[in-house]
Amino acid sequence: MAAYILRRVLWSVPFLFVVSLIAFAIIQAPPGDYLTTYAARLEAAGQQVNYARLETLRERFALDDPFLIQYQKWITNIIFHGDFGISFEFQQPVSELIGDRMLLSIVLATSTLLFTWAVALPIGIYSAVRQYTVGDYFISILGFLGLATPNFLLALALMYYGVVYLGADVTGLYSPEYANAPWSWAKFVDLLKHLIIPVIIVGTASTASLIRIMRANLLDELFKPYVTTARAKGLSEFKVLMKYPVRLALNPFVSTIGWAFPQIISGSTIVAVVLSLPTSDPLMLDALLSQDMYLAGAFILMLSVLSIIGMLVSDILLALVDPRIRYR
Amino acid sequence: MTDSTIDPRLSSHALDEASQWKLIWYKFRRHRVAMVSLYVILAFYFVAAFAEFFQPFDPNDTSRRNVYHPPQMVKFIDSQEDGSWSFRPHVQDMRLKRDPLTLKASYSPDPGKKTYIKFFPKTETYYMAGFIPMNFKLIGAEGKRDRFFLFGADRLGRDMYSRVIAGTRISMSIGLVGVGLSLILGLMIGGVAGYFGGWFDTVSSRVIELTLAIPTIPIWLGLSAAIPPTMDPLARYFLITVILSLIGWTELARVVRGRFLAMRNEDFVVAARLDGAKPSRVIFRHMMPSLVSHIIASVSLAIPVMILAETSLSFLGLGLLPPSISWGVLLKEAQNIRSIAQAVWLFIPGIFVVIAVLALNFLGDGLRDAADPYAQESQ
Repeated sequence: MAAYILRRVLWSVPFLFVVSLIAFAIIQAPPGDYLTTYAARLEAAGQQVNYARLETLRERFALDDPFLIQYQKWITNIIFHGDFGISFEFQQPVSELIGDRMLLSIVLATSTLLFTWAVALPIGIYSAVRQYTVGDYFISILGFLGLATPNFLLALALMYYGVVYLGADVTGLYSPEYANAPWSWAKFVDLLKHLIIPVIIVGTASTASLIRIMRANLLDELFKPYVTTARAKGLSEFKVLMKYPVRLALNPFVSTIGWAFPQIISGSTIVAVVLSLPTSDPLMLDALLSQDMYLAGAFILMLSVLSIIGMLVSDILLALVDPRIRYR
Repeated sequence: MTDSTIDPRLSSHALDEASQWKLIWYKFRRHRVAMVSLYVILAFYFVAAFAEFFQPFDPNDTSRRNVYHPPQMVKFIDSQEDGSWSFRPHVQDMRLKRDPLTLKASYSPDPGKKTYIKFFPKTETYYMAGFIPMNFKLIGAEGKRDRFFLFGADRLGRDMYSRVIAGTRISMSIGLVGVGLSLILGLMIGGVAGYFGGWFDTVSSRVIELTLAIPTIPIWLGLSAAIPPTMDPLARYFLITVILSLIGWTELARVVRGRFLAMRNEDFVVAARLDGAKPSRVIFRHMMPSLVSHIIASVSLAIPVMILAETSLSFLGLGLLPPSISWGVLLKEAQNIRSIAQAVWLFIPGIFVVIAVLALNFLGDGLRDAADPYAQESQ
């Protein structure tokens, strides 16, 4: 097991490398370099441009060097000094800006994932066992709708419902009185309350697809002879289900978690923007729109790293439930 | 499986001679939801192709008097005060009132006035789909200056009905074009990887795995942020589709690779190879025919993903930009809570997104089931 985990961890190193290259390429993508843009913007705003400082910055980010050298400077600064560069918009080091927000992104993504499993698993089992009943049809229809509705639309609809019928603001992750308060138990409870709606919205699509997968997997197993045998031995129906077919059906289910995680991170981007959650996503969007590229690049890098870690975790989980994978 | 389970109306003789496509079609036809979806999708593409004919007004026509004009119901029976009635579709006119104190605008029905809807009204000559000269539309108002708003109006008083129809063209076509591009990439990469294997297979499998591992929307956002906003709308449209398909090809490549890998050692393929056929002939002449149906099924499942992606990007302001009209661009109007609290009908494009995506998903499911000769007959 340890050997498998080690191998799997080592495998993610080249992945991380490529992802960081992609993130840097995106930073580089807009025409011109940021300092020129920055200087132009300052001049347009009628402010003094400190050319000596610009020169230091140019030196610091190796802007006159070729792509790979710039990349190398950028990535070594990140790895060895935790320095992601500066945000030109906020005039602050990027690392100071992203810390809290990344943490909340992680909280949102993990709780969505847990929610997805907790909901999809029992519903999937129910809908397979009671195939072609009213309940199954109802779940299937809901599932298809959940897959087809873009989640920002769901967020908007819920916001509309909240404002018009409940008179409540469903946006944000904290109540105003806790927004700037230090961490406390009360603040934590407040955060949990506000998390519910974003978690449901972000989780809908992946929950829907996981239910379908679970249902299909279980249906493949449900009518096999070993299930009949178990039943013939006199096991209770619940035990028959849980002990044999569900365990087998769980396998492909767990392996889909790998892509469910990037999907959740992807989906939360838009929902977070609509609901103006204080996660990394709205700030990333702003940074992209104003071409504040070091800030945007740092977010893209961190989110990608996050989903690679998610993949890693799901692979390890898969190895835990399925011994065959460990020895492959 | 007996012949009668496929279609009892067919004699077994006809079934024996039916081509692969006919068999798929027979099987597909029995999938009722998929059949309905097929008609829905055809209708959507029909509207998209002839959008100019279906939109009663110019979608870019602003009007200050009709800001946030609510949707009007069409009434078919026109009854006069003297009790007589006739079949004449019309809508009740609305009057704009401004609160003298708060200046808040509100619309109320204007009982005396009606706007009559006319079929095939004469208009100035326009070019449908860019090249067919036409001088009438499907529906229009009877008076030249009259307007009606079936889906309401937006913040500039533009007719949402016409705008949704105009958006259908871009939103539905971006799915097709995007999938077309990913199909080319996916077929080439997946095909070569599956057929020849070796180092190319290893590398491309890793690339696919990697692409599936990174969250797509941040990457899409990053790439489209690099497109200068001043760019020509048409060029932007193509760049966005390229960006969408840069990530969308992986799923198709995976399917193609899997099929090629499975089929590479089938007897008929080996026989063709031993006969000295060149790889291109083996691939296109011998393997392709049994792949095409699967590819079509995966394509129809890939289109909705593209549509959702474009909608999301445009919604965030990094996809298509006005003056281009797509469902995502229209939904961007509904982004802040103030405007939707005032005008719920701004959600209408979202309903069309859901219908289109739902129908495409059902269609793809039906096609996939129909194309698989080994699929178990359900029920």
